[in-house]
Formats: sequence, C-alpha cells, structure tokens
Amino acid sequence: MRHVFNAITHSQIYVLDQDQALDFYVGTLGLEVGADVDLGFMRWLTVGVPGCPERQVLLEKPGGPALSEETAQQVRELVTKGAMGSLIFSTDDCRKTYETLRGRGVEFTEEPTERPYGMDCGLRDPFGNHIRFTQPKT
Amino acid sequence: MGLVSRAAEDTNRRMLRARDAMDRAYAQPLDVPALARIAHVSQAHFSRTFRATFGETPHRYLQRRRVERAMSLLRDTDRSVTDISFDVGFGSPGTFSRTFRAIVGSSPRAYRKRAAATAGVPTCFTMAWTRPSAGRLPSDG
Repeated sequence: MRHVFNAITHSQIYVLDQDQALDFYVGTLGLEVGADVDLGFMRWLTVGVPGCPERQVLLEKPGGPALSEETAQQVRELVTKGAMGSLIFSTDDCRKTYETLRGRGVEFTEEPTERPYGMDCGLRDPFGNHIRFTQPKT
Repeated sequence: MGLVSRAAEDTNRRMLRARDAMDRAYAQPLDVPALARIAHVSQAHFSRTFRATFGETPHRYLQRRRVERAMSLLRDTDRSVTDISFDVGFGSPGTFSRTFRAIVGSSPRAYRKRAAATAGVPTCFTMAWTRPSAGRLPSDG
C-alpha cells in the first residue's frame, strides 16, 4: 500500500486540570509548550519535547460541549483509575533522568529496569496517566 | 462538577497508587494495612473501596500480578518452579502451584512448555495484556 501520511504530529491525553498539567508536563518533566490558545470553546494546550516541535501532545480537558457531562465524568473516572492515556518518551540516560525527576517529587510506578529494548521506567502524571521513558539499547 | 465526583476521582487516584504499589512491590509481603497506608484510607474501607474501583479485591489483584510475573520468569528464565514461587512473593510452592493453576488453567511446568516468545514488544504492554484475567480464582482469601 502506498504511504498516505507523512508523520504523527499530534496525539492527545486527557487531563483533569490544564494549569496543573502545565505545571507537571512543563515545570516538572521539562517539556515545552507548543501552543496555549484560548479558542473560546476550549483551551488548545499542547506540549512537546524541546527541540522536537513537530510532535505535540494535546493536553485536553474532558468536558462539554464536546462531551456530555455524563461522558466527561466517565472519562475523569477512567483517567484517575489509570485506564486512559499513555505516553512513552526516549532519554539518553534513564537512571539520571529518573534521579532528577524523583528529586522533583514525581510519582514513579517503576524504577529503571533493563528490558530487551533498553532501560526504562514508569511514572504517573498527577491525574493517573501512565508515562514511561526509555533509554534505547545502543 | 460535583463534590461527589471530585471525591470519587480522588479515591480512584489513591486506589491507583495502591495498585501501582502492588505492581512494583509484588514480591514483598504486602498486606491490607500497608496498602491502606499507601492509599491513605482506613483499613476497614480499603478492600471494599479497591474492589469498587477496580472490580476485584486487592488480594486477587496481587495474586494475578504475581502469577503474571511468574509466567514471565517461566518463559524467559531457567529458574526452577520452586525458586520462582518465592521470587514472586508466594509463601510456599504449593500455594503458588494451586494459585497458578486456578488462574492460568495449567500447571507452571505445562505453561513453561508451551510458552511463546514475546520479545520486541514493550514490557509494559506485555505486562498488561498477558496478565491473567480476573474472575477465575476459587476464593479471594
């Protein structure tokens, strides 16, 4: 089949509070804001890895009118149960990054562990989303 | 957003923290008091609230986590079944074998024989998708 797409430019995770998300993803994890625009109907808030603006993560708050209040509530329930988003980053030094982020109070779910594909570890964002970062095997 | 839903989200998040602790420290003798402390809830409420949140008791979740780890060790190492039973936190090989069979449907040795390779897939997904399903244990202990 011929290729029809060029790149993944945006992916999305739900967050319960966008200011708190900004504090965490930018202030703690060290990502940078790609866009932070009040569109009136929603706050379009994206973050990305510094130096990689071509790939953005939309930090979306579940709510109306995009979702009914009932559905938004279900999404919030699922996020806080850890059943929604997942992001995986790469890093040059998994242990060093782990120590740095632990010093910033990040809630880790797993310490750096050797895997067939490299060394990685896991953490939660403040809402329950699952995040990993991997030092790929060289 | 009502106060009730805020409280439910907060409870979910704390139960998730306890579940993460079981994922991380599955080989340790985790008990209800320790998990309730992690979740910042009373011991009396912990098991019931956990079950309401995740659909199974913490005891069953921990058993499934341990069996999932044992399945991995059976697939990827040559360690003996007895060693593996202690590695993943069971107090005795007999309890391990009974629990393994109840959850997986075959003995640890039979499972090892038919285990297939899963290399190349990120471990977190293998962990989540090969975790034995809930609802097949004879008792919640």
